Amino acid sequence: MKRIVFAGLVVFLLLAAAGYAAFYVAPTERTMGLIQRIFYLHAPSGMTALVAFFLCFLGNLGYVFSRKDRWDWLGVSAAEVGLAFCTVVLVTGPIWAHPVWGIWWAWDPRLTLTAVLWLLYVSYLLLRTLVEEPQRRALVSAVFGIFAFIDVPLVYMSIRWWRTQHPQPVVFGGQSSGLDPKMRMVMFLFWGALLALMALLIWVRYRLEALRADVDALRREVESP
Amino acid sequence: MSLASDSIALLGKELHTEFCSRELLTTTIVFILVVIVLFSFTFDPTSTESHRFGPGLLWLAFLFAASLMLQPCFLREQTNDTLSALRLAVRDPFAIFLAKLSANTLFLLLTELLLLPIFAVLYDIPVLRVFPSLLLVFFLGSLGVSIVGTALSAISAHARMRELLLPLLMLPVLTPVLIASTEATAALLDPHPSLRWDWLGFLAVFDAVFLTTLWLFGEYLLEE
Amino acid sequence: MSSSPVFSAGVRFQNVEKRYGSVRALRRLSLEIKPRETVILAGRNGSGKTTLLRVAAGLVRPTAGSVSVFSDRPDPELACPTLGFVAHQTMVYDELTAEENLTLFARLLGISRQDERVRALLEEVGLGERRASLVRTFSRGMRQRLSIARNLLVQPSLFLLDEPGTGLDPQGASWLEGTLRQLSAAGCTILMSLHGRSELISLATRAVRLEAGALVADSQGGGTIASVLSFADA
Repeated sequence: MKRIVFAGLVVFLLLAAAGYAAFYVAPTERTMGLIQRIFYLHAPSGMTALVAFFLCFLGNLGYVFSRKDRWDWLGVSAAEVGLAFCTVVLVTGPIWAHPVWGIWWAWDPRLTLTAVLWLLYVSYLLLRTLVEEPQRRALVSAVFGIFAFIDVPLVYMSIRWWRTQHPQPVVFGGQSSGLDPKMRMVMFLFWGALLALMALLIWVRYRLEALRADVDALRREVESP
Repeated sequence: MSLASDSIALLGKELHTEFCSRELLTTTIVFILVVIVLFSFTFDPTSTESHRFGPGLLWLAFLFAASLMLQPCFLREQTNDTLSALRLAVRDPFAIFLAKLSANTLFLLLTELLLLPIFAVLYDIPVLRVFPSLLLVFFLGSLGVSIVGTALSAISAHARMRELLLPLLMLPVLTPVLIASTEATAALLDPHPSLRWDWLGFLAVFDAVFLTTLWLFGEYLLEE
Repeated sequence: MSSSPVFSAGVRFQNVEKRYGSVRALRRLSLEIKPRETVILAGRNGSGKTTLLRVAAGLVRPTAGSVSVFSDRPDPELACPTLGFVAHQTMVYDELTAEENLTLFARLLGISRQDERVRALLEEVGLGERRASLVRTFSRGMRQRLSIARNLLVQPSLFLLDEPGTGLDPQGASWLEGTLRQLSAAGCTILMSLHGRSELISLATRAVRLEAGALVADSQGGGTIASVLSFADA
């Protein structure tokens, strides 16, 4: 418990530092003004979501080959946290787009990919609620998770090619296309803070699953020694 | 005995069962027909609009139909627990998947080809001149749909709300197939048709990747 | 039977555990069935008999522990033990005919001259006249015969049966008894779960009883088969 509180404090400080940097250290963008600063949350959230989904993938592989429950706990924890970060991307997108470009949504490649990612992992979590028996649930969701993650590069490629052939007005600016070095530094700082937050959230969620398993085991002991 | 002979034996059974009853085929064909007709109410079916939206709606219709058609795939093996009999008789469990996905690809392809003329007439889109290339696109796309759909139907067979679950699992995963197939089909149905080898290559890669994934992990989906 | 098994098989369970969520279907179960034994598996509903049989068949993967099927031949690489499995469900296709069902499995098992073998087998089990009928039209007893026939395509060296007498009329039950007796004489190992009294008990060389997933009685360790089974009816 103490470790979580300490870790939480560290993450909070990192986020505070990143937030400060985003508002006061990063220079104001020429055309977009204040609202552009949401980019420091928007872009790194997307990258963090991908990292989380990769951890979910590792959990899936781990479970399939070892059948140890803790890999399943990693899988579900990472998926939920990844989904949360995905949601942040999908929410900050319109918040940014509307004041600047007058539209709520643009089907640019990264945003489209994020939307599909969101659907993939929502399906993963929904699948888990619909399979009753725990071992089967862990196994089939692990295999689905593997399918889903392997799909990600294919989804990205297909969307990229499609968009290069049917270009949309470029919204959200190119990622590192002409990013001011100070902006890039702030972005990486924010990313670091978000990764720390991600790790903390996964850890807490993982512990919840572990505790649940402990309770179940104890209940079994009591009911039938 | 071997993967090939086992798969062929099981494929024979799948085809025999379906061609005797023709339930899946007829229901799927009618479903796609309904979708195609209904779609015509959602936009102004002039020639330009049809060319623009036609390929996309065709493939959407195929995807929705597939997600319904693939429901019984593993469900029907639960009735008398014939899946256990197959698992005991077959050396490599991948044969079960291979047979089913081959049968499903064939069924999908058949429904698509039967509906193509109807689609061409309703939306006034010429298809005959590009038929061989269209067949190739349909084949690669349907193969992708079948591989993913067959695998995921093994999952949904054991879940609650399986009628809604299978489409939910399948459709996001099949996004690349939707994009690639639509683009390739659109290029062929264009007034100046062209064969998009890049998209076809992409479909082939998608199929290979997921076939390999299914080969590696499929047996775990059959486990109890 | 047309071909006798080349060898016999046994099955060894070591600390086998099977969990379904919070339910422990099998608890640290250790048991060795030796080749050529005919073992009755007794126990109430829910005692784990079906799970044990499915674990032996390789259909269910244990949560912990190991199960292995071994042959009594000195070099097991030469041949793989053939397994027979009869369960509550018939494991045959309703939408195919009896002949088509057996032909499919014969092809999967790599049997040469399938048509002959299938036809002969169907005659043996008494379904010769109905071979071209859809299984959907069969009675429960006829389906059970077909289900057993499926397992006789290749002589099993290990035969696992889960309450095989259910649904069989007295004629069918005595046919089954005769078939199992022949198989046993030819060297087949039989592990069979029974619920309640049955003529099949007379075949037994050993009896074990399960309760709540654990082994509670074994006639091998002292005590008679009858004493092990007598609790099962309670």
